[in-house]
Amino acid sequence: MSDAFLKLESVKTHFPIYSGILFSRQIGAVRAVDGVSLEIKKGEILGLVGESGCGKSTLSRTIMQLVPATAGRIVLEGQDLSKLSASEVRQARINFQMIFQDPYASLNPRMTVFDALAEAIATRAPLKGDAMARKVIELMERVGLSPQAMKKYPHEFSGGQRQRIAIARALAPEPRLVIADEPVSALDVSIQSQILNLIKKLSREMGLTMIFVAHDLSVVKYISDRIAVMYLGKIVEIGEAISILESPQHPYTRALVSAIPEPDPDKERLRNRIVLEGDPPSPIDPPSGCSFHPRCPYAIEACSLTTPEFFKTKNTNLAACIRVNEI
Amino acid sequence: MALLEVRDLKTYFHTRNGVVRAVDGVSFDLEKGQTLGIVGESGSGKSVTCYSLMRLIPQPPGRIESGTAKLDGVDLLSCSDDVLQQIRGKRVSMIFQDPMTSLNPYLKISTQLIEPLCLHEDMPKKVALKRAIEALEEVGIQDAAKRVHYYPHEFSGGMRQRVMIAMALITKPDVLIADEPTTALDVTVQAQILELIKQRQKELGTAVIFVTHDLGVVAGFCDQVRVMYGGRIVEAGSTQDVFYRPAHPYTWALQKSIPSLQRKGDELYTIPGMPPVLKEQITGCSFAARCEYAVERCRTQPVALKTIAEKHQSACVRFQENELQGADL
Repeated sequence: MSDAFLKLESVKTHFPIYSGILFSRQIGAVRAVDGVSLEIKKGEILGLVGESGCGKSTLSRTIMQLVPATAGRIVLEGQDLSKLSASEVRQARINFQMIFQDPYASLNPRMTVFDALAEAIATRAPLKGDAMARKVIELMERVGLSPQAMKKYPHEFSGGQRQRIAIARALAPEPRLVIADEPVSALDVSIQSQILNLIKKLSREMGLTMIFVAHDLSVVKYISDRIAVMYLGKIVEIGEAISILESPQHPYTRALVSAIPEPDPDKERLRNRIVLEGDPPSPIDPPSGCSFHPRCPYAIEACSLTTPEFFKTKNTNLAACIRVNEI
Repeated sequence: MALLEVRDLKTYFHTRNGVVRAVDGVSFDLEKGQTLGIVGESGSGKSVTCYSLMRLIPQPPGRIESGTAKLDGVDLLSCSDDVLQQIRGKRVSMIFQDPMTSLNPYLKISTQLIEPLCLHEDMPKKVALKRAIEALEEVGIQDAAKRVHYYPHEFSGGMRQRVMIAMALITKPDVLIADEPTTALDVTVQAQILELIKQRQKELGTAVIFVTHDLGVVAGFCDQVRVMYGGRIVEAGSTQDVFYRPAHPYTWALQKSIPSLQRKGDELYTIPGMPPVLKEQITGCSFAARCEYAVERCRTQPVALKTIAEKHQSACVRFQENELQGADL
């Protein structure tokens, strides 16, 4: 498809494990991302969900070129990112920015808000003096910060305000793709909704294409157009946000959706919850066939033999499960 | 008489920059076998309340200024250290938020599990070890006989939390204090752990104080709810009452800001402003500055929890005087 803004073709990111001191050799690999193919249209917000260790952060870092991909292609607007040299990547990165989870760790404590934002703006436009100040003020107002706070340091702000600074910094070079890696998980509920509203408003205003990574499905549902569910380095289901939450098809997505606690005592009491057994297996030695089969309540023998392809389901979702239309 | 009666608990932290009133007059009762949820945002004082009950507040800077917490008549806050030692870990035990840091990394699980038994029940080590293995089996750890000799790092996060639960319940306590026990865990693991606590509670008849910021967890898990804001309880009632007939604007705002309850596409509801700075003495309602329904009286008049319906209390002046009702919210 030519209208894909960002295209991933069986991207793999493996981290090698070495053993031995003198004759060190590779004894295995952590298959953090193990063959992900995706297409994102321009202006779309894709939610990426999964539990810790499923590879969603590694995938976003791989797209950002912060971690080299082991195999596969990452194509942004027709440009193959994995073929670029280090300096070309730095150039290209103006167009894709990242918002990190922890606003306490992602800002330089020795830079004032002005310095932090000016540095980011300068990557796109070499402004000086008043022009730069105007631009910084505009950005701060845009994310709902008072421009008077421009000369303050990050420690003088609360978590929610810091996340606003981090968002302003990511948007400063006017990127076309933004990857937000759990931007609200460190925040309280009341602050969380402020930041979600802000992200949604800005993405609409600036026509951003976004990958929104989170482990909380209800947050992702609110913000994204489509949702991709990851398990052990692979995408197991992808589809419209509403249909993923309201009629999940893949057994893992079903368990995930059913595990979300609902703030309604009556519904909670009557609810029939699918409680999965055990923990996700290790990505060093993933199970054969479908990586979910050891925990899957519907697994049959064939599940451990073949790696499932994506199947069309009853609704428009795509699910990587061979039994998806039987169960 | 309730199993645990907490009255007017005040815990202040005396810092260089002033006095932080982390818990400012909290009272509640815990009945036998009951699950009491304490909800609130970070800084609302919910964890400090629990730590105060266990006398785990670092002193200084912290100080329990006043209040009593009577467990069957024994005041946990003023009893001697010897008496406390006999209660803590035996009749009242605690599970912490972060299973990664609350187990001693240098000691095998077995050593840590049998410690309460050897201390409180004078059990010989061999017998205690047998009991420890059973306890691990009860919380769903397979191969317990072998894994009891593992070190904490050999377990995953969910498994470690199971070990913590096994450890906390091994002496069959009357009260279990769980301080955000599932916050650090994934949703599917959270569901497992909640099921486990529920099931063990049913078997042992333990009363649970469950601290969380997640209203969803409270809905499915607790009988009674206390909503905390700025170091005080602003609403107290049964889970049904608090969810279906909220009687404080803060409770209502908290419920409205949960993304899953809102239609997609609509702008999410947000509470304006920031949580209060607890260093300043607040006369009146601590939520008044952010409350849509606040009137002059809310800012000047001291507030207290008052009964507004049977077994349902609110600290909102306007609710108490029937100016605001559930329907207005």
